[in-house]
Amino acid sequence: MKHEFIEKNVGLLALLIIIAISFGGLAEITPLLFQKETTEPVHGLKPYTALEMEGRDIYIREGCHVCHSQMIRPFRAETERYGHYSLAGEQVWEHPFLWGSKRTGPDLARVGKRYSDVWHKMHLINPRDVVPQSNMPAYPWLLKNKLTGEDIARKLEIFRYNFHVPYTDADIAGAKAAVKGKTEMTALIAYLQSLGQALSTKE
Amino acid sequence: MTLFWTLWISIITLIVVIGCAILLRATTKNNTGVKEGEPMPHTFDGIQELNNPLPKWWVWLFWFCIIIAVIYAIAYPSFTANYNGLLNWTSADKAVKSLAESKKAANTSHSQYQREMDKAKSKYSAVFKSHIYNADGHYKDIVDIAKDENAIKIGQRLFLQNCSVCHGSDSRGSAGFPGLTDKDWLYGGDPKTIKESIMYGRQGVMPSWKEALGGEKGVTEVTSYMLKLSGRRVNVLEAAAGKTKFVICAACHGADGKGNQALGAPNLTDTIWLYGGSRRAVEDTIANGRNGIMPAWLKILGEDKIQLITAYVYSLSMDKNKNKNNK
Repeated sequence: MKHEFIEKNVGLLALLIIIAISFGGLAEITPLLFQKETTEPVHGLKPYTALEMEGRDIYIREGCHVCHSQMIRPFRAETERYGHYSLAGEQVWEHPFLWGSKRTGPDLARVGKRYSDVWHKMHLINPRDVVPQSNMPAYPWLLKNKLTGEDIARKLEIFRYNFHVPYTDADIAGAKAAVKGKTEMTALIAYLQSLGQALSTKE
Repeated sequence: MTLFWTLWISIITLIVVIGCAILLRATTKNNTGVKEGEPMPHTFDGIQELNNPLPKWWVWLFWFCIIIAVIYAIAYPSFTANYNGLLNWTSADKAVKSLAESKKAANTSHSQYQREMDKAKSKYSAVFKSHIYNADGHYKDIVDIAKDENAIKIGQRLFLQNCSVCHGSDSRGSAGFPGLTDKDWLYGGDPKTIKESIMYGRQGVMPSWKEALGGEKGVTEVTSYMLKLSGRRVNVLEAAAGKTKFVICAACHGADGKGNQALGAPNLTDTIWLYGGSRRAVEDTIANGRNGIMPAWLKILGEDKIQLITAYVYSLSMDKNKNKNNK
């Protein structure tokens, strides 16, 4: 095929470019979708409860992942501070994953059970109350906003049927009652306290 | 990794590398029939193009990259997870599925992460351990560690990293999080108790007493009595009424209100207040209760580090004169 011919046919040029750049993805990404390392959960991994799932959505809504990563890399400097490096098997039920790409604040992959619920509450209402040098924004409205629980059963269903997260019928049936009337603060703290527990509670 | 995926990756990679070489070879040859620097036979919107070949340095750089790619693929894990490359390099043991498996794998691992950990261990372990272990392999007495200036420095680092988030970088706490620099201890300030508090955590539960005390009035009366205990001037009648109701509180805080360290019940007769000493704060505590939780750190930090943190915390209140002015 003449070079000139390709240059003068934009559609063909685009097609060939797509083929050329897809090689990298095909070799690097597709095999991972079929590896045990990335598709099998770690031992003791628990699906998020209804309340934690609501908290996770608040985490996404408030953009926490913009400043906090959830990915401990295998370097001593990180594991000494945050705990065991993150494993792909911990993330198999994360849709979408919240690894983040920037650390303005500390990594949160294993923040669960490190601080008390009360601390988290005070910290979210006004971070400066407990960490004077913090530059994190305050999130006082979390205390006022109440969850209705309208969508939670549907959310769990999507995770069960589309992503194969092992939720039971009872989980889904009780989801609404489990979150209705609770504050967003409660949900977000429940989510934070659940992070990284599969590998940090088992000795 | 199955044979299929090994072949999949190998074939695609080879196609790409060889394809790049062929493309590079083809584009560096002059196939146009036009000399270098002469105008090409086509014009676009009246703009003429000269036959400018790729710069030599750029072409050589491309060849260099292709050669590096081949060397890289041989030296490092590339075509399959079973092939670790000539350098036998891995980043970390990522196929493990639990902490136990991870620990087991670490014993035989040559991953970059494990090498970094081993190197640090051989460099720091002896120094670190010399501060907390006696020659016979037992823990040193925490009182002795607390006198060791270097051990305290390590302990302080660990404290700032893990504990200061609640207790403050000056260790003086804030509302709801106890200060550690004074002589007032909720659970006891001897080294053994401090260590226990850090290792296993504490749950300080103050129930809500509003109903048991008969509503707002009862709360106000007990508050008055309590504030009187810590030496403040209050309404005498209220305090007298509160005194009779204090029987309920005495179960944990003692008949004299001096608290009980076995339960973590605070001393109410001093001027140190965990949740604030204003009338409003005290009333809130009595009416609605409090739930103070110290998380358990044993599994997060390990006992060795906790030994040092204990010594640091103990040292904070050791020197009476130095900390005389603390709340």
